[in-house]
Amino acid sequence: MIIMGLSGGALIGLSSVILLASSGRIAGISGILGGLYGKWNDVERYWRIIFMLGLIAGSGIVAVINNGLVITQQTSGIYLVIAGLLVGFGTRLGSGCTSGHGVCGLGRRSKRSFVATLIFMAIAIIVVYVIRHLIS
Amino acid sequence: MKYYLSVLISGILFGIGLAISGMINPQKVTDFLDVTGNWDPTLLFVMGGAVCISLPGFYLVQRREAPLFSTKFYLPSKKDLDIPLILGATLFGAGWGLAGYCPGPAIASLVSLTAEPIVFVLAMLVGQHLAKMFEAKN
Repeated sequence: MIIMGLSGGALIGLSSVILLASSGRIAGISGILGGLYGKWNDVERYWRIIFMLGLIAGSGIVAVINNGLVITQQTSGIYLVIAGLLVGFGTRLGSGCTSGHGVCGLGRRSKRSFVATLIFMAIAIIVVYVIRHLIS
Repeated sequence: MKYYLSVLISGILFGIGLAISGMINPQKVTDFLDVTGNWDPTLLFVMGGAVCISLPGFYLVQRREAPLFSTKFYLPSKKDLDIPLILGATLFGAGWGLAGYCPGPAIASLVSLTAEPIVFVLAMLVGQHLAKMFEAKN
């Protein structure tokens, strides 16, 4: 468990360092996704598409080796849609997600990312507490 | 070519990292966030492992004038704590806690070809678009 967590995390860190070193870009998934459509030129778009395809291929490789991925959903239907809307809106407004703020931002020792990471972790902990221990 | 190849390798490593660490599994994420319940600390090691590499790595890379295959670094210019950052992080945290999905794992799990990640990613794109419209108005 701990070994897989640490090594998976190290790969994510390595990925962000390779991306910055080679292309000068930040490996923030919400930011990369946000630039996929809209008034961007092809130079801005192609690397984002390629990164996303690599991201999907990477988990696909693990799925093939492990005979599938363990994915247990926590919500469904309208709540899943609401969660997606919140994550999309929030990461755009707040300039990043777990990767952009949590991995790259902390790596750059950014004050904004440090504060954002503390806030989204705290809020997510509260939401899970309410769902698991107060409502159900 | 080297530019796009390195971007592809970076994406693949990111996807492998999310999958083997278990971060791709919403239950593992919410078990981590459930600090008063049956707490699963794995994701602490994921983030810790990632920052252990990104912190020295970014320091070394940024000592260079420019990246290897591009002319400049594209780094965030904002420095101050502002309302959009705080509000955005709050809304994101709420959605993350609700579904256990953040953007990376949601996109990486599209490979499972199940309905939930597809629904989530589509909703996420709509949310991003709404935020762009909101930003354009203000």
